[in-house]
This record gives sequence, C-alpha cells and structure tokens, in this order.
Amino acid sequence: MRHVYRFFIYLFLTVMGLIMFLPFLWMFLSAFKTSAEVTASPPVWIPSSFSLINFQLAFEKAPFLRYFINSVVVMISSVLVTTVTSILAAFAFSRLRFPGRQTLFSMLLSMMMIPFEMLIITNYTTVIDLGIYDTIWALILPFTSSIFYTYILKNFFDTVPESLYWSARIDGASNWHYLWRVMVPMARPSLTTVILLNALASWNSFMWPMYVIIKDTNRTLPWGLQVFTTEAGSNPEQQMAASTVVVLPMIILFLFARKYIVGGVARGGLKG
Amino acid sequence: MRVRLDHVTKRFGSFTAVEDFNATLEDGELVCLLGPSGCGKSTLLNMLSGILPLTEGKIWFDKDDVTKVPPEKRGVGLVFQNYALYPHLTVQDNICFPLETQRVPKKDRIEQAQEIAKLVHVDMLMHRRPGELSGGQQQRVAIARALIKNPRLLLLDEPLSNLDARLRLEMREEIRRIQQRTKVTAVFVTHDQEEALAISDRIILMKNGITQQNDLPQALYDNPANQFVASFLGNPPINYIPGRMQDGAFLADGAAEPIRMPIFHGVPDGKKVVLAVRSEAFTTEENGPIPAEVSRVYTMGKEEMAWLQIGDIEFRAYIDNEEGLVPGKQIRLNVRRRGVFVFDPESGERLA
Repeated sequence: MRHVYRFFIYLFLTVMGLIMFLPFLWMFLSAFKTSAEVTASPPVWIPSSFSLINFQLAFEKAPFLRYFINSVVVMISSVLVTTVTSILAAFAFSRLRFPGRQTLFSMLLSMMMIPFEMLIITNYTTVIDLGIYDTIWALILPFTSSIFYTYILKNFFDTVPESLYWSARIDGASNWHYLWRVMVPMARPSLTTVILLNALASWNSFMWPMYVIIKDTNRTLPWGLQVFTTEAGSNPEQQMAASTVVVLPMIILFLFARKYIVGGVARGGLKG
Repeated sequence: MRVRLDHVTKRFGSFTAVEDFNATLEDGELVCLLGPSGCGKSTLLNMLSGILPLTEGKIWFDKDDVTKVPPEKRGVGLVFQNYALYPHLTVQDNICFPLETQRVPKKDRIEQAQEIAKLVHVDMLMHRRPGELSGGQQQRVAIARALIKNPRLLLLDEPLSNLDARLRLEMREEIRRIQQRTKVTAVFVTHDQEEALAISDRIILMKNGITQQNDLPQALYDNPANQFVASFLGNPPINYIPGRMQDGAFLADGAAEPIRMPIFHGVPDGKKVVLAVRSEAFTTEENGPIPAEVSRVYTMGKEEMAWLQIGDIEFRAYIDNEEGLVPGKQIRLNVRRRGVFVFDPESGERLA
C-alpha cells in the first residue's frame, strides 16, 4: 500500500514538474529553430540545428547587449547598496539601544503591507523632481533599502548570543568592527538569501522601468524584451532567443543557490 | 593589579541587585564571588567588566577610577559561561581577536597566540573551529582569548557550569594553575561552594546583593559570620538543633542533659538559640548530653554517615566505624569544639 501511495506521489510530482518545465524547454529549443520549424503543425520539438542565428538576429534588431549591461549594473548596484543598508539597519534594530526602537521597527514592518504599485505615483514624481527621469539612476535609487531584508537579517542577528557581543566589546572591538568581523560572517546563510532574493527581484523588475525609462539605451532586459516582442512580433523564434537571454542567468543562479533561498527564509522565520 | 570596589550599588528599577559592596582584591589574588543564583554576583562581575554601569559607588583599578570607562578600554579579560567563541573563526583567529582589534601585526599575533595556546594546551587545535571542539577545549580557548592581551584583571563567569562533573574537576585545577602561572588578578563567579573552596585565595559570599562574608576559604567554613554562611558551605549541610541557653549551657529541645562548652560564654541565659553542628563534629559518648536514635546508616569506608533523630529533628553525622551503628539503636552524642556554632534563630546572627 505504502509503495503504491508513494508511486502516485512521485508520479504527480513528476507530471507537475514537467508541466512547469515544458514552457521553458519550449522556449529554449525554439530559440534554435528556423521560422518554419517554430510555426510547424504538428509542432516540431527538436530543432534541426543548434545554430545561434536567432540570437544574432535578435541582438541586431534591439540592443540586447545594452539591456543586459543595464540590467547587470542596476542589479549589482541595487543589491550592493540594499545589502549594506539592510545590514546596518538590522544591526541597529537588533543590538543597539535607542529610544523608540521598538515603535520605529513596528512602523517599518507595517509599511511592508503597502504594495509597491501604490507607491509608483509618489516615486514617479520624486524621480522627476530629482531630475533623474529616464536615467539608470531612476532604476537604482528607489531600491537602495528594504524593510523585508532588514527584517530577515534582524531575525538572524537576534539569534546571536549577547555574550558574543560583550566578549568582542571587552576584547576591544567597536560596534562597527564587531558587526563586520563577527555578525556579518556568521550571517552568511541569511545574507546569501537576501542577496539572491534581491537579485531576482531586481532582474525581473518590469513595471517600474516601464514607467521611468523611455530611451532605448536605458532599458533593462525585461522592459527591452517587451518592446522587442511588440516590434518583432512576426518572429517568434527570435523572441524565444531573446527570452532565453533574459531568463537563463536567473535560472542558473537559482539552481545553484536554491538551498540558500529556502533555508535562509526559513531561518529568518518568514515565508517569502 | 589591585582592584577596589567602593560602595558599589546596582539597582534595576526598584530592585537592588547589589547593595553597598565594598572589597579590595589584592594583586595576583583569585577571589571567588559565591552565592545562590540571583545574589548579585554576576551583576558585580558585569560592573567590573564595564558591561553594566554602576548606580552608585566607584571601581578602582590600582590608582585609576574606571567607574565610567567603557569595557573596551578597561583591559579586562572575560570568560563567559557559554565561552562566547566566534563560531566562524578558527581557534587561532579566536585567540588572536583581542590583538586584532589592537592592530597588532599578524606575525606577532600568531606568535603570541601560539605561546598562550601552549599554556592552556590547545596549541594542536589551532586550525579547528569551535564547533569541532569538546566543551573543555572550548573552555581552554576562551581562557586563552581572555589572557592573550595580558589583562589587568581576569573575570570568569561560572566558567565550569557547562562541563560534566569530571571535566569540571580537571578544569578548575587548570584555571588555578594558569592563574598562578600568569599571576593575573582574577575574579571567579560560581554558585558551587566546593568549586569556590577548592580554587580561591579568598571567597566573598553574597546573598540578595549583600556581602555576607569576605574571608579565606577555610575561615568561611570554620568561622561563619552568620547562619546563612554556615548553611551555604559544607556538604552534607550543617545540622541545626534548636534549644535554649540555661546556666551557660545549651539545652536542646526535648533533651535531658545540657551541653557545656567554653564557647557558650557570653550568650545570655534563657535565650532561644539554634546550635549548628557540622556533620563531622559529632562524637559518640557513653553519657553524652544528646540522646539520639539511629534511623539510617551509610557506609563510606573509613567512617559511617548516619541519619540520626533527636525528637522530631533529623540530621546527618559522620560517626566512627567502631560503634557498629544499626537503625533503631539509641545512642548518646557529644560535640567537638570545632564546627559548632550558636546562632540567633530569628536574625541568623552568630552568637558564639
């Protein structure tokens, strides 16, 4: 009985896994197909050759390399700055004693409930007032801090015994030294989670770039892809090649780091 | 270094954790702060290290008033009960940490770490991480880390209570040896009287934030200042026989004969008192003044430990083996000069 039960569980998981995986596989394979193969009926699964011509054509029609570089620059800057500000804020809320600490933190947490879409208008006017509309700064500056990541890190910092802190202080370490030499290295699993989640969110960010970026050369990949699909509507195989370029880095990253993402969020005591 | 605590008081809101504490620790001395949990001994240690600010009073390190000096500038080493080793650093990096904050060059750091690691016998574990060490080894690393910066004062906060019984004995000898080798002034906090008696030059016994007695270990045992001190030290615990003074002698409640001892001089006649007798201070005597009934006997090799009964009071006594004690036997007891005290049953004050 138990084996039968297990068999169906695994069967179910396999089928569901395939259903999830198939569109990606289709996208990946179609990126190599000829335009006849991609529209053939009945559908052709395996392309006749793995030529990179579709990638080349897509890259000629739209500056995907530029989009890619923009995406990478935005992601790295945003992740770097957000991580640092989150670490500092988490340390302050976890370890330092100052009046209003609890109240302030509760206020920040309650702000997490406001969806980003609601902030778009205010952020939009701010970006215009700052004069960074339609520049890459408009994609970076609004994403230099995060309550959610601060919260995950604070939860981890709270688990570090107080004696470690006092031991370090007695041994001559300042708060700053203690934070970077002891706390941060110990928090590596949680930090990895924060960095990965942040990188994913930044990479996939679509709506915000759509609002604040007009110039072609300032677009990031998802926004550029959207424009490209409308413009190159007649060439699905080139769209698939472009989509592969957008999605693949994150899939690879996720495959390598998924145990950190799951583990870190669980450790942080919160569902993503 | 000589440490002086001058009217040190610590209050948390309306709760007084340490009240008017005065003591001087001589250079190179190992002093135990002993007392039950909540007596203020750890609070006192945290004030010495600078973790907790004082409510009142002053702390002097030699001629320096360090009352307001932050922990990182006091030059003390502290060993925590849970060792507080940095789990992501190797033993060597852990030991080097205090030197790293002082920006000692790396080569010198490692050299000094080697030296101190040899002293505490962890020199072959330098590249392991704390998680790969046993409790005793972690303890040694924590001591090495506290010692490497040549602290003016070494503080140990219940360092042995996370170890199993055998290691505890071994480590307390080790701590004593290391302290005597380095001649560092040390304060050792514990609630374990046996530990305190074995290791320290001097013991300060505390209760409810108030010093009960500050004395040599043996003096605390032989000459307790009050009933609390007498109760706290000694295993098995001291026995109490209630009674009163009559014609300069002690008459136990329900006893026929009074006990006469020179120490009773000066205790007022007719006063209700309690006679405190250490288990080893009883003797059997044919016409002894205390009639007792043997209720249980434990053989302990050279002597026997007996549960005896005087009226309703049960107590423990070490009795010479020759007597051949059996449960139910009626015997007569007397007491020796040493290990007998008289206390006021209400205030606990020592009367004789």
